[in-house]
Order: sequence, then structure tokens, then C-alpha cells
Amino acid sequence: MPTRRVKIPATKYPVERYTLDNGLRVVLTPDRSAPVIGVAVVYDVGIRSEPEGRTGFAHLFEHLMFQGSENLEKLAHFRHVQGAGGTFNGSTHLDYTDYFETLPSNALERALFLEADRMRGPRLTEENLRNQVDVVKEEIRVNVLNRPYGGFPWLTLPPVMFDTFPNAHDGYGSFVDLESATVADAADFFRRYYASGNAVLAVSGDIDVAEATALIERHFSDVPARPAPRRPDFTEPDLTAERRESYTDQLAPLPAVAGAWRVPDPIDDFAGYLPYVVLAEVLTDGDASRLVERLVQRDRSVTGLGGYLGFMGDPFDVRDPTALLLQAHLPPGGDVDKVLRTIDEEVDRLATDGLTEGELARTQARMATHLLRDTDAVLGRALQMAVLEQQRGEPGLLNELPRLVGEVTEEQVRAAAATLRPERRAAVEVIPGGAR
Amino acid sequence: MTITAPATPRALPLLGPTRKLKVPKQAERRLSNGLTVIAVRRPAVPLVELRLWLPFGRTHLARGAMLSQTMLAGTQTHTATQIAAELQKVGGGLSAGIDPDRLMVSGAGLVTGLNRMLELLADVLTGATYPADWVGTERDRLIDRIQVAQSQPAHLARTALLKRIYGGHPYAVQTPEPDQIRAVKPPALRKLHAERVHPAEAVLVLVGDVRPERALDAAEQALAGWRGDTRGVDLPPTPPLEPGPLLLVDRPGSVQSSLRIALPAVPRTHPDHAALQLANLVFGGYFSSRWVENIREDKGYTYGPHSAVEHSVAGSVLVAAAEVATEVTGPALLETTYELGRLASLPPKPDELEQARQYALGTLQLGMSTQAGLASLTSAYAGNGLRLDFLAEHAARLAKATAEDVAEVASRYLAPAKAVTVVLGDADRIEGQLAALTPVRRESE
Repeated sequence: MPTRRVKIPATKYPVERYTLDNGLRVVLTPDRSAPVIGVAVVYDVGIRSEPEGRTGFAHLFEHLMFQGSENLEKLAHFRHVQGAGGTFNGSTHLDYTDYFETLPSNALERALFLEADRMRGPRLTEENLRNQVDVVKEEIRVNVLNRPYGGFPWLTLPPVMFDTFPNAHDGYGSFVDLESATVADAADFFRRYYASGNAVLAVSGDIDVAEATALIERHFSDVPARPAPRRPDFTEPDLTAERRESYTDQLAPLPAVAGAWRVPDPIDDFAGYLPYVVLAEVLTDGDASRLVERLVQRDRSVTGLGGYLGFMGDPFDVRDPTALLLQAHLPPGGDVDKVLRTIDEEVDRLATDGLTEGELARTQARMATHLLRDTDAVLGRALQMAVLEQQRGEPGLLNELPRLVGEVTEEQVRAAAATLRPERRAAVEVIPGGAR
Repeated sequence: MTITAPATPRALPLLGPTRKLKVPKQAERRLSNGLTVIAVRRPAVPLVELRLWLPFGRTHLARGAMLSQTMLAGTQTHTATQIAAELQKVGGGLSAGIDPDRLMVSGAGLVTGLNRMLELLADVLTGATYPADWVGTERDRLIDRIQVAQSQPAHLARTALLKRIYGGHPYAVQTPEPDQIRAVKPPALRKLHAERVHPAEAVLVLVGDVRPERALDAAEQALAGWRGDTRGVDLPPTPPLEPGPLLLVDRPGSVQSSLRIALPAVPRTHPDHAALQLANLVFGGYFSSRWVENIREDKGYTYGPHSAVEHSVAGSVLVAAAEVATEVTGPALLETTYELGRLASLPPKPDELEQARQYALGTLQLGMSTQAGLASLTSAYAGNGLRLDFLAEHAARLAKATAEDVAEVASRYLAPAKAVTVVLGDADRIEGQLAALTPVRRESE
């Protein structure tokens, strides 16, 4: 059957961007199709910026931003968002920390008030700090310590691949470091990184641009101006020899392995980076993908497989250095070396023989669906555009991603595959300590 | 840094006027084969969401699980790889999942590929072959997945709770044992498919950037040839909760305890439901609830405690769940019982109720604001015999419920005397703490 390539559609979300006098950058993207809004504030500080001896501090500080501020008692933020019919959260990433709400659109001014108030200054108290250290420890127990494969591979692979503290350390943090955190540390962290000039505010959904602009002016213009700190250089050289480590997970019943290869700078070399995003999907997306066909169906050497860009699965919101990751779960007694060798063989075959008829086009069509689906939620749009503004000054890129992914050529994917050599790979193996 | 309260505090801005809940219009058609098709237009992104609900109660547990794993593994005209590739071509994908009520086939794709996705769906529904090699592969994968699930505290706690509250009901065991999976062979899957994968009581929901009539036509054209008439297989109603000693399940070395509390609840259409939903929110159903503010934001015992009313076809139940540090398991249970008892004994404060009400109404709007959310909601409603217009009815009930209604409902449903409690954790370290508060029965492995 001849392959007829489907046309990849695009969104046309409008984008307004401007900067307040205090340096706060603003992105507005109206869409009146449903009476809901998304509000996101993104600060340009993440796990990579936390000081040595304070692992987990960026995340702990994120919790402290919810503990009250100039005009808000502890618990008030949650109550005001939810009492307006909305939901909220925050999350800490390698290069940024976001705070966000999604609400019925009649709560726009309230959400702006809440974000402006904590941008002026959170209430940092000993009592709140100790309480949130306890909460974060329980979060780490739930997500890492009390479950099989906890932290695999996002916490366990970076120390294999990287040598410097910012890139290699555990972003959830050690209990010792968390317990050592002080209110003074938090105040310093806020002063340094939570500056108006280091933040982006994005509002999406059912807004009138003129009205939203006036409300943003009203609530944010008197946030004291502070400049963005200089961003340190986090670069590290590429690997020149394979790195391989293993550890025993006492709760894991079966073996697993993850490998990672450095990729081009996602910001400075976006054109060079995109083929890797496509390559990860060619290799692992669905039953018709290369590695699933080979490892899961033919060899039966793997029972579950994933491939993605970025240690936190964040292809378009991370800076250099980052990586393409492949992770595999193996059956009982599975042979990790053999799996890695087979991956090398398949990647090599892709680089040498190229793709089959229609293989690239269908992968790109599926990627378009995923990208479009991610933008359907009003909050997703605010969050993604805020980060695109912060890292690239280009929030409208969100509209272009499906097309840009669709323009990646077979030659580019082959060339990307050719760089996934074993000698550039860092891998980590989970040895099951919980086999029954 | 010390922030001192400003000389002139800034006032919290008032909310704008509430927008009336606008329920999207749906189109519906019952095909000649009995299949109900519901289409809703939401043109936000050029995609279409698909949900096919097939009643699947009282099927053999392991065969049902394997059927959902291998349904897309090949047909008379396509191999599994071809099905996946053909779907990908139109940006599509399908997957199947099962629970004690239904088999669900769901997916999403570019709206230009709707016809093709429906054709491939029809091919699977009418011609799935369950090829032996694929069934073998998927059997091993499912066994591995179950083994991994069995090492997760949340899964183990859930398993123990279901067994405790449902006793002899089909809901009591929802995960098959590896040995049962091993025994499933392709002929049994073909037989189960022939007996139960029928259109007569199934509901297909399509939501996206498509005119509803055109979506219904496309579904009719693709699926009219799907035949079969399931004998009605009704699940018996779930048994009432039987309170008793706290059931303690041992997980040696666990650094947290998984606390699970089941309480009675009612289906969505019951007159008490709106008030119960509000009572649940005040107790533990959202972040700004008494329970979360107490055991997380005041005491720091836990990260994400949550309570929710869970609706199934044969009955509803309220489940409160928290993972708490081992050393504070007793204190966490104490505070939980206190908060339940307080709400069952004393009416909520007016501002607490208003806050919960706004949250319930607002999140209805949020849930409908994406294609995927709207599709899942429409399907869940339809599977329980409801349509989207029920949302308006429910919103009106939420708006009307008084503090007296909520207090009255709380006294009947949230009373700690009616709770069934299961705790999974390091029994040697927590049994004493728990036994100080309530009788404990320790489950022997």
C-alpha cells in the first residue's frame, strides 16, 4: 500500500508578551472556548542551582512558597485557590521551579494577587520550615524509599553520567541535608533567585488581554525590582568511555537498566537537538517501534521499554547538559548486557540502513497528536509557554512544535542514531534485591 | 528573612460573577446492532478522543486481564505491528484496559484520522485472533507486571482493603495471581471474546474537533457490522461494610504505613450524593480539608493524604488513604478518627462549606475543559446510565445543599463507628501504637 503522509495540523494560540518595569516577563495567551484560566509563575532556578550540602533545597523551598506570604497566613493560599473552584501545585525541575493554578475565569484577579504576594516575599519561619522538612521526607519515602525502582533512573543515572555537583546530585535531597536547612538559607535563596527579573508570569484561557494586562499591572508592578542572578555555567564534557554502574534495590523484584547519551544543546542548537526527540520515539513509541518489536516481541528480553529526552522527561523545558534516555525492565534472570548490546545493534542498524517506508512519517504524526493533546489543557499552555519564554524568549514556539517535529528528515534521524555509541553511554543497572 | 505584615494589608480581590455551568451538547444514536454512540464537539485542538465502554462484569479474572492485554495483538487482516503502525499513520493509538465493571478501549488521534481509527477498531472488535506467540509474550509480561505491583505498598494495601470490604463479592479480588495468568491459552481468549465483546450494551464516546452528526455517521459506517448479543450479566449489589477490628497487614521493614479507611457511600444519582461529596471534601477530599491541614500541614505525618468517593456499577464506597511515617502510625490514626468523628458529630462551619462547594462546582468546569476530560467523564457517566445533562442536575444539588444537609449526611456516612480500617506496614513496630487506640487483628501472611 502506498504511503500517503497525513498533514500535520497546527494550533494558532495567540501570544502577547511584554516586560514590566521591574523586569517581570509576562505572556498572555487568550482562548475563550471554556470559562477557565491557567496561571503560571516560573522562576529561573532549579535543582542544578542548589548549594553543596543543601541537596533537595530547591524543592524544599518550593514547599515553603506555599506557607504564607506578606498578606496571607499559612494555609490561606490553598484555601483561596480551592475556594475559588481551582486547583494548584508547584514543581521543581533541573532548571526552573513553577507555581501554578487553574481556575474558573472569574478568579483571575485573585490568582494574580496570590502569586504577586508571594513574589514579594514568603513567610519564612522555623515552624513552617520544620513542618515542611517532615512533609518532604514523607514525599521522598512515598516516591523513592518505600517503593520498588524509586528514583530510577532520574535520580540514579545522573551521578553516573555527570561529574559536577550541579548535574550529578540527588535533587530530592538527603535527609541530613534537608534537616540541616535553616531559615537563613531560605531567605538567601529567595533573595538571590526569586527576583522579579528572574521570573515569568503566564496567563492562558478565558481572559480579555486588555483587562488582564491592567490587573497584572495592578498586582505586580510594585513587586520590588531585583535583577536575575547570573546563571552559572553547568556544562560538562561529553563522555569518552562507557560508564556503567549498578545497585541493589531491596524492593525491586526484577532487573532493570537505563542508558543515556548526551545530546546537542536544546536551546543553542535546537535544530540539532530535535532529531533526537524524534529518534527516541522511532525507537520506543508503541508496538510498531524498533526496539519494542525487537526486544519485547522478538527476543522477549525486555518486558517494558521507554525512550525520552531529559532526565525528568522534559524535552522542551531543559537546558544543556541533557540526554536521550532509554530504560528497560527485564524478565526474571534477564541479561542486562545482552539488552544493551541489542540496543547498540538496533541503533547501528538504523544509522546504517535508514528507516523503512513510512516509519518516520507515522512516528511524526503520532508525536503531533501527543504535542497537541498536551496543549489542550489551559494550564499546560500557560506552563509550557512560561518556560519557553524563560529559556528561549519564544513562547509561540508551542504552536510550531508539531510542524518542526514533522520537518525532521530521515537523514537527521540517522545521523542522530549514529552518535548513540556505547563509548558515549552512561548506564545504570538495578539488581533486584526483592525477588521472591 | 522576616516579613512583617504590611502597614496597610492588601485585601484579597473578590471573585467575578460566577459563570453558569454550560454543559456541552451531545448527539446520540443507537445503532441497529445495539451499540450506543455519543458524540460531543469540542474543537479546541484538531484531535478526537475515543472511549468504548463494554460491560464486562463477572468475567474470569485472569482471562479478562489477558484479553485486555492481547485484544490488539492481531486480526484476520493485520498483525499487531500493522495495527499499531496503521494507527500511528493517522496520529492514532488504541489501548485496552479492564476493571470489574467494564472493558475499556480508549485512544486519541488526529481528527482527520477518525474514520481510519474506527475501521481499525472495528477490525479488532470483529476479528481479533489472539495469536499464540503474542499471547505467550503478553502472558509473561503481565506476570512480571503483577509481580512488580505486588512489591508496591499502595497495591498491597488496596488488595487487602478490597478483600476485607467485599468478602465474597466479585469486586473482592481484582488482580489475578501469576499462576492463573499462566493457565490462560488463546482458545479461552477467543471464546471469551466471542461471548462478551458485543455491541448490545456497549457505549462508544467520541469527543473532539468534529461535527457530532458526522462522528455518529462515521461510527455507524465502521461499526454496523459488529454483531453479538450479550446475555445480561448483572453484578450483585456490593455488601454493606462490616466494621470490626483494624486489619493489620505486615510488610516488614516498611518505612511508612499505608492507612486505608473505607466508609459507606451512595451512587451519583442518590439524593444524599451531593451532600456526601461536600462532606467528604470538608473531611479529606481536597487539600484545604480538615484532615490534610491537620496531619500534613500541622503535624507533618504524611505527604498526600486523600479521600474520595469511588463509584462502581454495583456500589459506591468512600476511601480515605494516607502513607504515614512508621513512627507516627498510631498518632495519624488518632487524628483521622478525630476528624471523622468531629464531622459526624458537629455541623461544618458556613465558610468551610462554601469553600468546599465552590471547589466542587469549579472543578466540574475544569474537568470539562479538555477533550480528554470530557471524553472520560461522558464515558464514565454513560457506563452508569447517565448523560452529560446530569452535570447540571448535580451542580444544582451542590449549590443547594445546606450545612444541615451536610451534617446529617456526615453523621450517617462519615461516622468512625462505621469505618473499616486496614493498615499495611511494619507490624512489629506499629501494632502496639494501633492497639492502644482500637482492637487490632493481625493478618498472617
